Amino acid sequence: MKSNPQTFLIALLLALVGVLLAWVFFGALTGYQGDRLATLALSRVPDSGVSHPVTSVLLNYRAHDTLMELAVLLAALLGIWSLGPAAAPYQPASLVLASLVGWVVPMLILVGGYLLWAGGHAPGGAFQAGALLGAAGVTLALSGKANAGLPGEPGLRVLAALGALIFALVGLALMGLGRGFLTYPPAIAKWLILLIETGATLSIGATLAAAFLGGLPVACAHPRTPFTLLRIRIVLPVARADTRT
Amino acid sequence: MIDPLALAVALPLLGALAITMLPSAARTLGLLAALATTAAALWVTLLVWGGGAPRSELGGWGTPLGIALRADGLAAALLTMANVVGLAVSVHATGYFGATAASRHFWPLWLLLWTALNGLFLAADLFHLYVMLELMGLSAAALGALSGTREAAQASLRYLLVGLLGSMTYLLGVALVYTAYGSLDLALVAGAMTPGPVAWAAGALLIGALLLKSALFPMHFWLPPAHANAPAPVSAVLSALVVKAAVYLVLRFWLELCDGIATEAAGLLLGMLGAAAVLWGSWRALRAERLKLLAAYSTVAQIGYLFLFFPLLAATPAGPERDQLITALVLLALTHGFAKAGFFLAAGLVQKSTGHDRIRELGGAAQSLPAVTFALGLAGVALIGLPPSGTFFAKWVLLARAITLGQWWWVPVVMVGTLLAAGYVFRVLARAFTREPTPRCFVTDARTEVPALLLAILAALGMGLAAHPLTVLLGTGG
Amino acid sequence: MSEAVLTQILYGGVGILLFLLGVWSFLIHAPLLRKLIALNVMGAGVFHLLVAVAYRGLQAPPDPVPHALVLTGIVVAVSATALALAFGRRLEREEPDDD
Repeated sequence: MKSNPQTFLIALLLALVGVLLAWVFFGALTGYQGDRLATLALSRVPDSGVSHPVTSVLLNYRAHDTLMELAVLLAALLGIWSLGPAAAPYQPASLVLASLVGWVVPMLILVGGYLLWAGGHAPGGAFQAGALLGAAGVTLALSGKANAGLPGEPGLRVLAALGALIFALVGLALMGLGRGFLTYPPAIAKWLILLIETGATLSIGATLAAAFLGGLPVACAHPRTPFTLLRIRIVLPVARADTRT
Repeated sequence: MIDPLALAVALPLLGALAITMLPSAARTLGLLAALATTAAALWVTLLVWGGGAPRSELGGWGTPLGIALRADGLAAALLTMANVVGLAVSVHATGYFGATAASRHFWPLWLLLWTALNGLFLAADLFHLYVMLELMGLSAAALGALSGTREAAQASLRYLLVGLLGSMTYLLGVALVYTAYGSLDLALVAGAMTPGPVAWAAGALLIGALLLKSALFPMHFWLPPAHANAPAPVSAVLSALVVKAAVYLVLRFWLELCDGIATEAAGLLLGMLGAAAVLWGSWRALRAERLKLLAAYSTVAQIGYLFLFFPLLAATPAGPERDQLITALVLLALTHGFAKAGFFLAAGLVQKSTGHDRIRELGGAAQSLPAVTFALGLAGVALIGLPPSGTFFAKWVLLARAITLGQWWWVPVVMVGTLLAAGYVFRVLARAFTREPTPRCFVTDARTEVPALLLAILAALGMGLAAHPLTVLLGTGG
Repeated sequence: MSEAVLTQILYGGVGILLFLLGVWSFLIHAPLLRKLIALNVMGAGVFHLLVAVAYRGLQAPPDPVPHALVLTGIVVAVSATALALAFGRRLEREEPDDD
C-alpha cells in the first residue's frame, strides 16, 4: 500500500474526476433527445430470425463483435496453457459431496441446454448456457474429478476452437454465396443462429472449465471418456484384421 | 462477391483455430495463414490505391445498427506495414522457434494478435475497437511470457494489467459517447460531436486510455521490460505493431472525432509529453547494457517523435500543409515499424547465437553473423534518421513546419534526440566490428536472417522512396 | 425530470462511483488479487452505466444494444481475469521455468 499522503492525494484527484464525470454524464443523458438505437434495433427484430432483441443484437446486428469475443476467450485459454501445466486435481469427493454433484451437474447441463434454446425468444443464449456448462465443469473439478470431466487434450482443443470455427465458416460460406460476410438470409437466420449458438455454448463451457483448471490438461486420465471409447472401438477391429493375415 | 476487408480479419482467425485443433502442423498452417492474410491485406491496399474506399457492412445492416469495416488511405498504409512485418516475422519464426513446444504456443496466439491488428485498422465502430484492443492486449501479454523466464512473466503481467486499466477507461469513454450521441459508429459520432464538456470528457477518456496503451511518457514504464524480455519475434511485433496500433487510434480519434474539439492546449500537452519521451527514451537507450533493452527504450523515444506532430497538427488548419504533416507522421510510423522489427529480429539472432545480448560483449558479431549485423546497421540508420530513410523526410517536414509555425522549441528536442539516437546506434555497431578473420558467407540461416535484412532495407532505403506513393495513398480514399 | 431519467442518473452515478473506486484500488494496492478485483469493480461500474443508459422507463422495453455490449464486456473481463490469475500462479512457483 502506498504511503498515506499519496493515497489521500490520489483519492482527492479521483473524487474531483468523479464529480466532473457525474456532471458530464448528467449532461449527456439529458442532452440527447430520442431513443438512441433502441427504436431502430427493436423495429428490425422480426427480420433478424429470433424474437429476443438482445440475441438479435449479439448474433445478428453485431455478430462480428461476438465472433471476436469468442476469439478473446480462446486467446485467454491459449495464454493460460502456455504458462504451464494444470494444478494437481483436488482430493476425490466424499459420499455426500459426490452424491450432490451427481444431482447438480446433470441439472446444470439440462438447464444450460434449455437456456441455449430459450435464447431465441427470452433472456438466454450461448453465453449464459456456456457459463452453466462451465460451472458444471468447475463443480466436477472441485469434487475431485481430474480434468473437470473434460476430454483429453486433442478433444479439448477441438471443443475450444469449435464455436469460433463454426461462426467463421458460416460467415465465409455466406460470403462465398454472394450475400456478404455474416449476412444471414432471413429465411434460415433462425437456424443459422441456433447452429452458431450451439457451437459457441460447447466452446464457452469447455473454455471456462479448462481455464479454471489453470494449465495444460493432464494426459488422458479417464479411460472411459467417449473419445477413448471411440478410439478403442476403431483400433480393435483394425488390429484383429492385421493378425488375421 | 468476395470481401477482402472481412477476409483480412477472418483468415488469420481461421489459421489460429486450425492450429489450435492441429498443433502438430503449427508451422505449416501458420505460414499458410500468414501468406493468405498478407495477400488479403495487399488486396485491400490495392483497392484503396486505385482510388476506391472499400467499405464492408457486416451482416448487411448498415450503420448505425450494424458494424462496418472500412479502409481509407491511413488504414491501408498501416495495414500494409503491419502485414508485411507480420509476414517477415512469421517466416523468421518458423526458423527461430523451430519445432519446440514454444512454437505450438506461439503460432495460434500470434495469428490471433494478427487478427486483432487487422481488425483494429479496418474497424469503424467504437465498441468493435474495444474488443479488438482487448484481443490484442491478451494475446500480446501471453506472447510476451513465452520466453519462459520469471522476468518475462512479471513484465507481461504488468503489461496485461496496465492494458486492462486502459481498456476499462476506453470502455467508459465509449459508454459516455453512446449516452451523448446515441451511436457507436465512428463517422456518425464524429458528425454529431460538438465542442463542449461532454465531448471533452469523452475525448479525454478515449485518448487517455490509448495514450496508456501507446506508452507515451510518463505512462511508458511497462514497455521496456515487456519488450526486452519477450522472445525476439514477439518483441518485434510488440514494438513495431502493437504500440503503433494504439498511436494510429489516437491519430484517428484526433483527426476525426476531435476535429474542432481538440484545442491547441491539448496538442501542446501531447507534444510536451512526446518531447519528454524522446529525451528520456533516447538517454536510457544510450545507457542500456542489453541490446533488446536498448531497442525497447528506442521505441519509447520514437513514439515520442510521433506525438511531436500533434501540436503542429492542432495549429494547422485543414489544407495541403496539414496533409503533408499527416503524411510525414504516417511515414515516420511506417519506417519505425519496419526498422524496429528488423532491429529486434536481428538482436534476437545475435542473442541466440552468442547466448546473451550484452552490448559490451558483442565483439566479432559482424564476422560471425554478417547479414545480421548489416540488418542492425541499416535499421539503426532508419532509427537515427539518415537519408534516404523515411525518418529523415519525416523529421525534415516536422522541423520545417515547427519553424514555420513559430513553435521553434521542438527543434532542439528533435536534434538532441537524433544525436542521442546516433550515439546509441553507433555504440552497438562499434562493438560489433572488431578485428577478426573475414567471414566466409554473408547469410548463415536464410529463413531467420533474410526477413530481418529485408525489413531493415525497407526501412533505410525503401521508405524514403515511398514518400510520394504514400502521399498518393493517403490522398485517395480520404 | 421524469422517473426514468432519475433512475438512470442514480444507477449511472453508482456506476461512476464504482469505476472510481476500482481505479483508486488499482493504483493503491499492490497484491495481484486486489488489482484484479479492482479491475473487475471498474468493469462493473462501466456495465452499470451502460445498463442505466438502456433503461427507458417501466413501460417501454429497454434498449437492447447496451445490454449486448455489457454481455460482451463481461466475457472479455472474465477472460482477462483468468489469464491474469494464471500469470499469478506462474509467478508463485518457486523455481523459474527453463526454455
